[in-house]
Amino acid sequence: MEKMSRVTTALGGSVLTGRTMHCHLDAPANAISVCRDAAQVVVAGRSIFKIYAIEEEQFVEKLNLRVGRKPSLNLSCADVVWHQMDENLLATAATNGVVVTWNLGRPSRNKQDQLFTEHKRTVNKVCFHPTEAHVLLSGSQDGFMKCFDLRRKDSVSTFSGQSESVRDVQFSIRDYFTFASTFENGNVQLWDIRRPDRCERMFTAHNGPVFCCDWHPEDRGWLATGGRDKMVKVWDMTTHRAKEMHCVQTIASVARVKWRPECRHHLATCSMMVDHNIYVWDVRRPFVPAAMFEEHRDVTTGIAWRHPHDPSFLLSGSKDSSLCQHLFRDASQPVERANPEGLCYGLFGDLAFAAKESLVAAESGRKPYTGDRRHPIFFKRKLDPAEPFAGLASSALSVFETEPGGGSMRWFVDTAERYALAGRPLAELCDHNAKVARELGRNQVAQTWTMLRIIYCSPGLVPTANLNHSVGKGGSCGLPLMNSFNLKDMAPGLGSEARLDRSKGDARSDTVLLDSSATLITNEDNEETEGSDVPADYLLGDVEGEEDELYLLDPEHAHPEEPECVLPQEAFPLRHEIVDTPPGPEHLQDKADSPHVSGSEADVASLAPVDSCFSLLSVSHALYDSRLPPDFFSVLVRDMLHFYAEQGDVQMAVSVLIILGERVRKDIDEQTQEHWYTSYIDLLQRFRLWNVSNEVVKLSTSRAVSCLNQASTTLHVNCSHCKRPMSSRGWVCDRCHRCASMCAVCHHVVKGLFVWCQGCSHGGHLQHIMKWLEGSSHCPAGCGHLCEYS
Amino acid sequence: MAEGENEVRWDGLCSRDSTARETALENIRQTILRKSECLRSVKETPHRPSDGLSNTESSDGLNKLLAHLLMLSKRCPFKDVREKSEFILKSIQELGIRIPRPLGQGPSRFIPEKEILQVGSEDAQMHALFADSFAALGRLDNITLVMVFHPQYLESFLKTQHYLLQMDGPLPLHYRHYIGIMAAARHQCSYLVNLHVNDFLHVGGDPKWLNGLENAPQKLQNLGELNKVLAHRPWLITKEHIEGLLKAEEHSWSLAELVHAVVLLTHYHSLASFTFGCGISPEIHCDGGHTFRPPSVSNYCICDITNGNHSVDEMPVNSAENVSVSDSFFEVEALMEKMRQLQECRDEEEASQEEMASRFEIEKRESMFVFSSDDDEVTPARDVSRHFEDTSYGYKDFSRHGMHVPTFRVQDYCWEDHGYSLVNRLYPDVGQLIDEKFHIAYNLTYNTMAMHKDVDTSMLRRAIWNYIHCMFGIRYDDYDYGEINQLLDRSFKVYIKTVVCTPEKVTKRMYESFWRQFKHSEKVHVNLLLIEARMQAELLYALRAITRYMT
Repeated sequence: MEKMSRVTTALGGSVLTGRTMHCHLDAPANAISVCRDAAQVVVAGRSIFKIYAIEEEQFVEKLNLRVGRKPSLNLSCADVVWHQMDENLLATAATNGVVVTWNLGRPSRNKQDQLFTEHKRTVNKVCFHPTEAHVLLSGSQDGFMKCFDLRRKDSVSTFSGQSESVRDVQFSIRDYFTFASTFENGNVQLWDIRRPDRCERMFTAHNGPVFCCDWHPEDRGWLATGGRDKMVKVWDMTTHRAKEMHCVQTIASVARVKWRPECRHHLATCSMMVDHNIYVWDVRRPFVPAAMFEEHRDVTTGIAWRHPHDPSFLLSGSKDSSLCQHLFRDASQPVERANPEGLCYGLFGDLAFAAKESLVAAESGRKPYTGDRRHPIFFKRKLDPAEPFAGLASSALSVFETEPGGGSMRWFVDTAERYALAGRPLAELCDHNAKVARELGRNQVAQTWTMLRIIYCSPGLVPTANLNHSVGKGGSCGLPLMNSFNLKDMAPGLGSEARLDRSKGDARSDTVLLDSSATLITNEDNEETEGSDVPADYLLGDVEGEEDELYLLDPEHAHPEEPECVLPQEAFPLRHEIVDTPPGPEHLQDKADSPHVSGSEADVASLAPVDSCFSLLSVSHALYDSRLPPDFFSVLVRDMLHFYAEQGDVQMAVSVLIILGERVRKDIDEQTQEHWYTSYIDLLQRFRLWNVSNEVVKLSTSRAVSCLNQASTTLHVNCSHCKRPMSSRGWVCDRCHRCASMCAVCHHVVKGLFVWCQGCSHGGHLQHIMKWLEGSSHCPAGCGHLCEYS
Repeated sequence: MAEGENEVRWDGLCSRDSTARETALENIRQTILRKSECLRSVKETPHRPSDGLSNTESSDGLNKLLAHLLMLSKRCPFKDVREKSEFILKSIQELGIRIPRPLGQGPSRFIPEKEILQVGSEDAQMHALFADSFAALGRLDNITLVMVFHPQYLESFLKTQHYLLQMDGPLPLHYRHYIGIMAAARHQCSYLVNLHVNDFLHVGGDPKWLNGLENAPQKLQNLGELNKVLAHRPWLITKEHIEGLLKAEEHSWSLAELVHAVVLLTHYHSLASFTFGCGISPEIHCDGGHTFRPPSVSNYCICDITNGNHSVDEMPVNSAENVSVSDSFFEVEALMEKMRQLQECRDEEEASQEEMASRFEIEKRESMFVFSSDDDEVTPARDVSRHFEDTSYGYKDFSRHGMHVPTFRVQDYCWEDHGYSLVNRLYPDVGQLIDEKFHIAYNLTYNTMAMHKDVDTSMLRRAIWNYIHCMFGIRYDDYDYGEINQLLDRSFKVYIKTVVCTPEKVTKRMYESFWRQFKHSEKVHVNLLLIEARMQAELLYALRAITRYMT
């Protein structure tokens, strides 16, 4: 109560006024401290030691305490403190280990009062007793804390931390005899000033040095500590064990921490390195600072609230040689700038969206989400009851669920699992993948695979005669495979176009037929109501196929080996497949499946004829020439890959890229490839298709991607007996010298693949466990657990 | 002869599973036998001049394999591998093929082999360390064998080095080794260069780069300047150096990469100091570590001269060693006495501020004149010189040439507060590892001095540490530099200065002439202090420049 009355008089006498302002110092500051009357501030550093008066509009230099011709190291201050009872009394800690007291009441120019040279190393911190006039405490790098009585020449008592350097010492504001000290090794100790032999309590507060601590001005036993591990922690010391009550994670090591007066949960921090700002945190909201002062251009080294009962004025000194007064109302508030919306996709395409409640209420009616038009997923909006967050900010969380079936990604998973990407000849791979795609009802994709196969590994040995025969005979026995395939599977328009080819470059009929094919395509489009690019693709693919045959007739360019051994076997099943599948329903299904639901019709209409025109012309040209550059198709294939990737089917793009390998890689720039790879891998991992994703990583040729599975390959295990980490080997524990990973079935040490149940942590050789589980679902170790393996 | 089937894979030997090792060894044995058969048959039909080239080539290849086997038979921490490789070597010898034998006297030229721990006689803790090291690198290098005098430090050292070279980090693996080569080459340390050339090629580095820095990417070439300054005059590093690296358009370094590179550079600069300071011999399987000549030809080999710089003038030193045992005995006593005095009298006569300041200046200036007399220029081995540019740039004393460089005050920028935070921010976890390593090196003590036990050596260790920092112009406000003069005698100062500043000039004589009564393990301990203090000094300057750039 006594304290309170004094405050009112202090505040009542002169209400604090001022503005945000700063003044330039001659040298970097190391620490600042405020006089009791809140009208003066002392700044100390390596080569500065001055008192400034804080006036309405500016700082005015009042006194330079650095006197004498030869500045000695005693004046190189690491810390300064102004007595809160006596306006004339100051103490500094020098970097050479000397503690100096200053008496402003001395008449001479040199205000130096006493010199204590007891510490052997730099003194990091000095602290006056909050109520006792003559008691001063110091903490030094040498690991000792000393208590001085200013009426005597030597220290009264010495406290040995028994550990490393002392970084901070603070008298408790509430408990007369108690002080806290923090250490370089992460410990915090509580001492009774009367008992220098041992500390009352010690606990590890931080990982790495604890740079600072501050007692709460009102709540007895609350201590805030800040450390190199970038954390500010608030401890409750009243309980038997120091209890961590709050923890604030900052972005840099914490150099100073100061409770904000009159605001129970607020504290100010500044950092030791990198970050120059001062933050004021509400400890209950540890992720976003309540206020932020950004005036300094170098690290802030000292902060002090101007008056112990006024929460709006903060003073700070910095390495950039400036002294600042910050007004709380001028602070920037990161909360306002923070993006208040959060958006996240779930595994099965669900979408969660959190936003300020008011925002959601206001906007949901007005603006429909455009997402469902662009993405293949249809949303059903389900509003969760608003979730209040700690009373400070409240957000509404909405979850959009995927409609069952509508956006199911089943096809993605199936495709990923069943696609073959390597290990067989190209033709086989293509056929296999085409088959997979067809079985999943993705005909467009299936067609593409078939086209690819035709392009890149058509038989070079199909005799010309056969080809010519095919014109008249349709699907007869001598017909080369791809012709029959084309004819049967394509829409009539495309079939006619195939015929067009065989008309051997009659330019006139070309144009006529071209027109007809184009109109046919548009017709088809109309029938399907939704314009999709599918027919255009068929067209392109088809033309490619035709061209390829011609091109392969040229013996120079034929690939003799691959197709020869592959084709004969594959031809019949494939053909069979195709005949079996009726074309009509396929198209419908395909359309439903196609992600490109609202593709622009205009696009197709305008693009398809142009493309086909181009291809056809080149075909006829090629017929005379009979010679095509080997990478003639790469442009088309590239466009095709880009098309799939654009559509969002990055799976197709990557699979083709892997299978074709060198044939197309050079046409697509590195970054795009890398982008596709990473997107696909990301998708695979979201669906927990680890094996597939690893295979893709392995098969990729992009260096950035293929090193993905080489990073973070260490798996840390703990011993199953002593629960300590096993450092050297995976199966023998160094500490308890026992074999940790025994197979529960055969009781031998497992040195290879070890599988275990996450419920009871028993396990063993993969094969043994698999075998065991065929017969029983209980744990083989006999613990009675019903083991689950996924 | 298809290269594929004759490619020998050594990595199977690193397995901790003895059966895996056995199969790997068996494969190696068969390959080697096949190769030697091949070679023999070629030899027996000498009338095929066209094969001459491939013949020497394949015999070169075989010799490399044999040298590697020899290394395994001596240095593998696994007993089975040692025995089996020796057996293979023997059987090859029976085929009439010349097998190599190790050269030199163990891992260090300065320390007698019998003082150094023999592989196979280590205790469990050391064995675990060896096995880790072997598993990570496929070898147990001489540095490890010397450092194992101080297993506690070695563990931290290996962990850090492993992390720097092989774990997650912003730089690609071959860059890391190349930077290691660049750094070691600054001190013409052929030992480290050879090791890392192998590693560099092993992780898929482009052999062209090894022809010299100008063949490496521009990005690495840009680093050359920083490497040079950092190695010899770190106090000259400014934020402009940093800016030049970070803003070089397509050749720019990112901050994280730069910190990684700086840590690697400082690590290898100081490791070069250790290599020379302890006289580490070439690895058995590297050039100069073995010979195919039978022992009778000559008991000293040309390789000793080219690689082990100074073995010629070492010969007479042995006689100097016997100067007088009693002399050196008094040395220790005197040192102990001085420490005791300093401990007791420090409070009585307090030096004035001016004097304290001047003592630092004196010590700094004096360190300038502390230099070994034999200042003869050493020409680096040809292999190394390719990586070594601007040979004229060397250590220049901190305050020579009237160029005034402001003193670096530890109280304003120290590792614990500032350096650590910066490194850990840009290259997570490494700050922690280096911090631990510094800590262990600084605090390592067995409370012994020569034959005395229960001695508090903290004062001596601090004097050494601060003396090194003093040579780099780093000052501790709270240290009385007079202590250095009291505790470190001239020959010791010469050794420290040479190891830290111009390690390539260290001679066996220097190593032997300081602290004559002290054990070798204590001298290695001194070396650990030296290299860590040097690394910290370089890091402090580099990191301060980065900090300044960032603000």
